[in-house]
Amino acid sequence: MITRVTNPFDALLRLQRALDATRESRWLQPTTSARGAYPLVNVFQQGDDFVLVAEVPGVRKDQVEIQVLKNQVRLSGTKAPVFGDDTAVHRRERSSGVFDRIVSLPVEIDAKGVKAECHDGLLAVFMPRAVHERPQTIKIQ
Amino acid sequence: MATKAKSAAKEIPAAERDPHGEPLAVQEKKELEAAPEPEHPGRSYLPYTDIYETEEALIVVMEIPGVARDAVDIQLERDVLTVRAGVDFSKYSELRPVYTEYNVGNFSRSFRLSGTFDAEAITAKVADGVLTLELPKQSQARAQRIPVG
Repeated sequence: MITRVTNPFDALLRLQRALDATRESRWLQPTTSARGAYPLVNVFQQGDDFVLVAEVPGVRKDQVEIQVLKNQVRLSGTKAPVFGDDTAVHRRERSSGVFDRIVSLPVEIDAKGVKAECHDGLLAVFMPRAVHERPQTIKIQ
Repeated sequence: MATKAKSAAKEIPAAERDPHGEPLAVQEKKELEAAPEPEHPGRSYLPYTDIYETEEALIVVMEIPGVARDAVDIQLERDVLTVRAGVDFSKYSELRPVYTEYNVGNFSRSFRLSGTFDAEAITAKVADGVLTLELPKQSQARAQRIPVG
């Protein structure tokens, strides 16, 4: 008998597979034209609400601006790596510049309830569904 | 237009907004293909890295988004610098992906350094998903100015 051991590598593998499975998702397709603009985003569902996560290493909290209108979220800002003066560059791979991306969700968002965090180079935007978009439970007579 | 932080809805100054005038292009995450293959399944990624040198030190800057400070492991063995960074994926456990554009995994990368550095003297800091390593040069590796007699 094999005892199932919970192992963190399993959890990571499961997450990676789950993320892969929605790689081809057409969930946002009719509304968001810009698949693949900076920053790349992952959208998750958490109950009725949505969470958008983007990797923005090197972008400080005060360099990002988030705006929400109806069903759209706009992420804009600057990524500017700092080089000291008087340096000899050996390798330069990190990108820099400005970004401005709008992601449209299939439902309207309650703009007042939106919360955003930027930690460890991850930008997370928590977006509750607008009240009138919440599903109503229908009691069967 | 309602923003979450209405009070803090200050405009980003034009100079800050546009340092190089270039819109950012997406850099797809580069997957690490390790040979021999690691014993654990799953993917690792190569962090994008800048390396530059000042008079006193070699500076290595790596992008490791999603990695907490204590999950970074730095090793210097002879002239090979290896950085491993474990991504914190526990916060994803309650989330169901509906639309994804990138995958998440640990970061790992090695560099062969030209010159010798003192492993004890390396300083590392992590801020906003960027790891900055400062490797002070040993005195004989520093450029010496020879006066002409």
